[in-house]
Amino acid sequence: MFASNNLRSPLGRARGLGSAKEGLHHWWGQRLTAIALVPLTLWFVAGIIHLAMGGEPYEAFMGWIANPCNATLMILFLGVSFHHAQLGMQVVYEDYIGGHAWRTGMIIATKFAAYGFAALGIVSTLICCFGG
Amino acid sequence: MANAAKPTSRPLSPHLQVYRLPLAAVLSISHRITGVGLSLGLLLLTWWLCSAAYGPDAYDQAMVYIASPLGLLILLGFSVALFFHLCNGIRHLFWDAGRNFEISQTKRGNIYVILGTIVLTAAAWLLALA
Ligand code: HEM
Ligand code: HEM
Repeated sequence: MFASNNLRSPLGRARGLGSAKEGLHHWWGQRLTAIALVPLTLWFVAGIIHLAMGGEPYEAFMGWIANPCNATLMILFLGVSFHHAQLGMQVVYEDYIGGHAWRTGMIIATKFAAYGFAALGIVSTLICCFGG
Repeated sequence: MANAAKPTSRPLSPHLQVYRLPLAAVLSISHRITGVGLSLGLLLLTWWLCSAAYGPDAYDQAMVYIASPLGLLILLGFSVALFFHLCNGIRHLFWDAGRNFEISQTKRGNIYVILGTIVLTAAAWLLALA
């Protein structure tokens, strides 16, 4: 394994191969977003129920999202849940996709998609609030 | 290993055709399945917000899809997944804090999670359709 025809030192090879990597940061992020999602989810469901309960749909929605509190919470919900989803999907890929290239590719694609869609949702929310 | 004599009395892995997953295991894999489903559901949420940003026509069209039988079925699935993942996620957070690892507590937790999911889903839909 550690034949001397390779210039990398044993320590250099071992570094980054251990279990820790960025695990703690990822773990903490998943928990932090989970905690934040408890109230955010309850607010979200209450909002959807409120919308489903009444009125001319488009007017009802625009009136609801124009409330600064609702708009802020919607933006938070989008940011936090896409972040949580992306962290969670990474773990799923790491468990089930064996090939290094495939796995890394899927993780990157998911992260890009998550932030792209989060931005789209946030921009849409802002357009609903500020005009157009 | 290939040449080693095979011990005859090693523990057998579960016989797949007769093995029934324990309830805790069903709930455990359900957390993952609902997590993946919710992630896909977020795309629909974005699509819905986007339609509102495009204006009344796009929004009304989106609402036609949402109010269709398939749309409502997806919403029902999304809501069940969300409430289950929420309840079970709170249980995960207790586990992360080092609590509730006794088997008796886990069994009680299974029931709380299932009841919580049913009650929250029923309450939300009753309110929404009222
Ligand atoms: C991504 C998540 C969701 C989106 C984007 C969404 C979107 C919508 C929209 C826009 C409406 C129409 C509201 C109106 O009339 O102005 C609606 C109706 C409804 N939603 Fe949701 N919803 C979501 C999640 C949920 C959840 C979690 C529940 C249940 C707990 C739910 C239950 C309902 C019900 C019962 C209706 C009434 C359907 C009808 O009257 O035809 N939705 N949804
Ligand atoms: C739209 C909202 C949500 C989405 C898209 C989502 C998605 C996911 C995904 C994909 C995973 C990874 C599953 C796995 O590794 O098996 C996950 C894990 C997790 N979720 Fe969520 N989730 C959402 C809401 C919530 C909420 C409201 C909570 C509340 C407590 C929560 C708590 C957790 C926890 C604690 C984990 C880690 C579980 C573990 O250690 O395996 N999630 N989520």
